[in-house]
Amino acid sequence: MKTASVRHINAVFYRLFAFVILLSGLSACSDIKPWVKPYERSNLSDPIMNIDRHGAAGSYIHHVYQARESARGAEGGSGGGCGCN
Amino acid sequence: MVQKVVQEVAVVVTRAANLVFPKLSAKGKQPFFKVCLQLLIIVNCYAFASLASAAILAPDTVDVVYHNYDGGGMDINGPFILVRKSIGTDFSVNGHYYVDSVSAASIDVLATASEYKEERTEYAVGVDYLHDKTIVSAGFTNSTENDFEANSGFLSISQSFFGDLSTLSLGYVKGQDDVGKINNDFSEDAERDIYKIGLSQILTKNSLLDFNLEMITDKGYLNNPYRSYRFLLDSSNPSAGFGNATEVYPETRTSYAIAMRALYYLPYRAALKAEYRYFNDSWGISAHTYELAYVHPLSTRWTIEGRYRYYSQTQADFYKDLFPFQDAEKYMGRDKELSTFSDFTVGGGITYEFGQGVIPHIDKVKFTALVDYMKFAYDNFRDVTKPSVTPGEEPLYGFDAWVTRLSFTFEY
Repeated sequence: MKTASVRHINAVFYRLFAFVILLSGLSACSDIKPWVKPYERSNLSDPIMNIDRHGAAGSYIHHVYQARESARGAEGGSGGGCGCN
Repeated sequence: MVQKVVQEVAVVVTRAANLVFPKLSAKGKQPFFKVCLQLLIIVNCYAFASLASAAILAPDTVDVVYHNYDGGGMDINGPFILVRKSIGTDFSVNGHYYVDSVSAASIDVLATASEYKEERTEYAVGVDYLHDKTIVSAGFTNSTENDFEANSGFLSISQSFFGDLSTLSLGYVKGQDDVGKINNDFSEDAERDIYKIGLSQILTKNSLLDFNLEMITDKGYLNNPYRSYRFLLDSSNPSAGFGNATEVYPETRTSYAIAMRALYYLPYRAALKAEYRYFNDSWGISAHTYELAYVHPLSTRWTIEGRYRYYSQTQADFYKDLFPFQDAEKYMGRDKELSTFSDFTVGGGITYEFGQGVIPHIDKVKFTALVDYMKFAYDNFRDVTKPSVTPGEEPLYGFDAWVTRLSFTFEY
């Protein structure tokens, strides 16, 4: 097993996790103006631009892949995972 | 379960902070470190609250899906029903019921056992809470088969900031599996911890990017108790044939997946989606997933779409199609999902929807039909059901499958 490399990746992951938390907090102090104004977002709010537009049918296809491939995770969306062996 | 999830999140945050400030904790300045950590959490909470913007709860819906998978000797179908209902302005509760009715005569079953039928049933409940436009979600899922039970609980937080240009989400899932065997007192268990980070970023008025990072750790019995590896009965004389023995997997697994999705609104009303995911785990498996999708509205009611997905992975360190003799190594696996292989999916779909006023009390009705064709090709997993004089010289295995999804969605 690649224990050393996994430990290294573990450390990188936790640092990234903490960094994201820090970044989200520090963003409160900055004064970045949104470069896409709310009135310019009509295309982005079109339902065809919804990354999870198929709801339950979309989460089903993740389940299909999780059962047949070794890769898992980062499928997007929230929820409790596959629950399958 | 939820209390445990909250505790685990607190532990993760503390460990993460320890890694970011290793020198502080190493020098024994724990009180100062704790103060820093508390300040950090307070600043974050304040930031989440003060930068809150257009977070909204999902609409009240009833989603009814019929799903069917047919391929590789497996026929799996059933319903998937999801109901979502808001309570007041701050809460939305949801629940789902999901069934897999399995009729199995796959290559794994045909090689060492006989065909079987079984059913997997999954129930889930969840709640979303909107506070100062921050969404906190929690839920519980139970999945049962006649020889397997899985329970999991999750907690997540999602927040948009930078004037709604960015949405950050953090999630944690705790899972517990009880693994058994039919007509047998065999009983083992496994635990799972899942950590998720997501960032959705608006780039321009026509494009957005979505990043997801997920780490999963498993501990316990990670085999499928019915699967076996095969070995030569006489390693100096392969034509003497092969035998089968129960697989032996490591009792831990840690995996990482990082994904990037880009969505682009074309100059006419249509959307293009591109996706890449990299996966790596402590069993030596690495995988790449690529996907390209196109959505094209034909009118206000009709939309068509198409997609292509390609996946490839390398094998686990302890995978072999044929071991030289029984108990040849510490860990031995011959699951085809652990081998080196690739697959692709070509899919298409059509959606018909209509809005308010057509059916009383229903805001929107959507019907979607999606059909996918998948083809799997294995590089070092051989088809033992095919006759061969010498073990290890059978043809390589491959199969194709059709996946159909019919979905009715009502927004009310």
